[in-house]
Amino acid sequence: MSVKNKAAIIGIGELKPTKEPGNATPLSLMAQAGAMAIEDAGLEKRDIDGVLVGMAFGDPGILYPSAVCEVLGIRPRMLNQVDIGGASAAGMVWRAAAAIDAGMCQAVLCLTGDVNRLGEQRPPIISVAREFEWPYGNIGANCGYALIAQRHMYEYGTKPEQLAKIAVDQRKNALKNPLAFFNDKPLTIEDVLASPIICSPLHLYEIVSPMSGAAAFVMVGPEIARRAPHPPVWLLGAGESCSHSTITYARSLTESAIKESAKAAFEMAGLMPKDMNLICPYDCYTITVLITLEDAGFCKKGHGGPFVMEHDLSYEGDLPCNTHGGQLSFGQPGLAGGMSHVTEAARQLMGRAGERQVKNARFAFVNGNGGVMSEQTSIILERKS
Amino acid sequence: MSEYFKPLPKPTAISEPFWSAARRHELMLQRCEQCKTFIYYPRPRCPECFSDRLKWEPVSGKGTVYSFTVVHRAATRMFADKPYVLAIVELDEGPRMTTNIVAPPESVKVGMRVVVEFDDVTPECTLVKFKPLEQ
Repeated sequence: MSVKNKAAIIGIGELKPTKEPGNATPLSLMAQAGAMAIEDAGLEKRDIDGVLVGMAFGDPGILYPSAVCEVLGIRPRMLNQVDIGGASAAGMVWRAAAAIDAGMCQAVLCLTGDVNRLGEQRPPIISVAREFEWPYGNIGANCGYALIAQRHMYEYGTKPEQLAKIAVDQRKNALKNPLAFFNDKPLTIEDVLASPIICSPLHLYEIVSPMSGAAAFVMVGPEIARRAPHPPVWLLGAGESCSHSTITYARSLTESAIKESAKAAFEMAGLMPKDMNLICPYDCYTITVLITLEDAGFCKKGHGGPFVMEHDLSYEGDLPCNTHGGQLSFGQPGLAGGMSHVTEAARQLMGRAGERQVKNARFAFVNGNGGVMSEQTSIILERKS
Repeated sequence: MSEYFKPLPKPTAISEPFWSAARRHELMLQRCEQCKTFIYYPRPRCPECFSDRLKWEPVSGKGTVYSFTVVHRAATRMFADKPYVLAIVELDEGPRMTTNIVAPPESVKVGMRVVVEFDDVTPECTLVKFKPLEQ
């Protein structure tokens, strides 16, 4: 039993991230993206009988899925909140496929969205983090990823300019994406290294910028997929793994649970990293991409630095990576940031990526990452010829 | 003593022995009586073998900097007064701890030996920090 070839993404909806949300609410943005995705799928709202939704930091709550469904006027046969942080969108892909395959529903709307009005970082929600992390100033994600980057540099000699190259190549992609927030000027390695150090060794331009926005996609089984207006994007493999909540207590700072999640996804798909035409690794920070490349098997452990210097990660390069710009250039509208990797892979495989279209894109690897490298979901998508 | 404005831990029934030992300037960890693993942070059961037979034991207070970051721009105003060194220290007994290194930021290195330094931030609360170990 597996979720291989059981369901496909047939519609996507995505808003351009903004720093000026006006009077928008997470629910109003989700409704907008959701309506776009349903229309894109060639469906009506009444066709949707499953809903998966991610938490909105700007509207956190329990029993959230029913609130979302009530606002949207959907009466689902399957509903849930997927609570694995930045991995939530990738996690929704296989959960939707599993629910469809089990016969619990036929068309699942997957939704994320958020409104970020800049303010103080809230205290950690998890009680043990409030007790053992917060008093020492381990707060927000910047610190955790900085600790990882520092250790990676110590163990493998990774250099700041190698990390910077990731942000630079992704910016080149963003320049061709009208939906990306930072799409007006190129970035150089010197620009990245000249930006202020926020938490050493991480510079400002290696860190995502929080924004407001929303994204959605629709997943269906084979019967509905056959009637879809765009080429269906099939789930070919999926894997999930979690190694810790707070990075201090992970088995390693530099070796992530992506080793397990990606291995499972590739095994289910019956493919290897070299078979991928496109990769969309979660990129809250540059170091996240580097570790994903290593742990998913695109290069040897510890060789991520030289690897990114030797390869062109742009849409016209030999390893197209985050062709939408990644969250580093697209922006991070809460969990919709993580969904941007899924929507971009779908867009590319459907052949709808415009000026940044990767030619003959058939297989895509997407990785979702939650917390500080804690929750990992890897998926492999295919456009059938 | 000036008013302390940073967040303070709220001990629970499980963690109280750790914090009261810190107030006495002693570093004590839970140790599993079944598999002998030292545990940090305090847990209801041993995360290795799931035994509930945990005992508090004093430890050396010595360790090594596993990683660190100098936080120049903190995510909250409470920590924005000056750059600070956030670190993960690997204790000689095994567990890793989130902590601060009390030393000039530019002197801190991964792999450097450190020893516990108790910081009585309020009369009721002592935080467990580390400083370079004089060899």
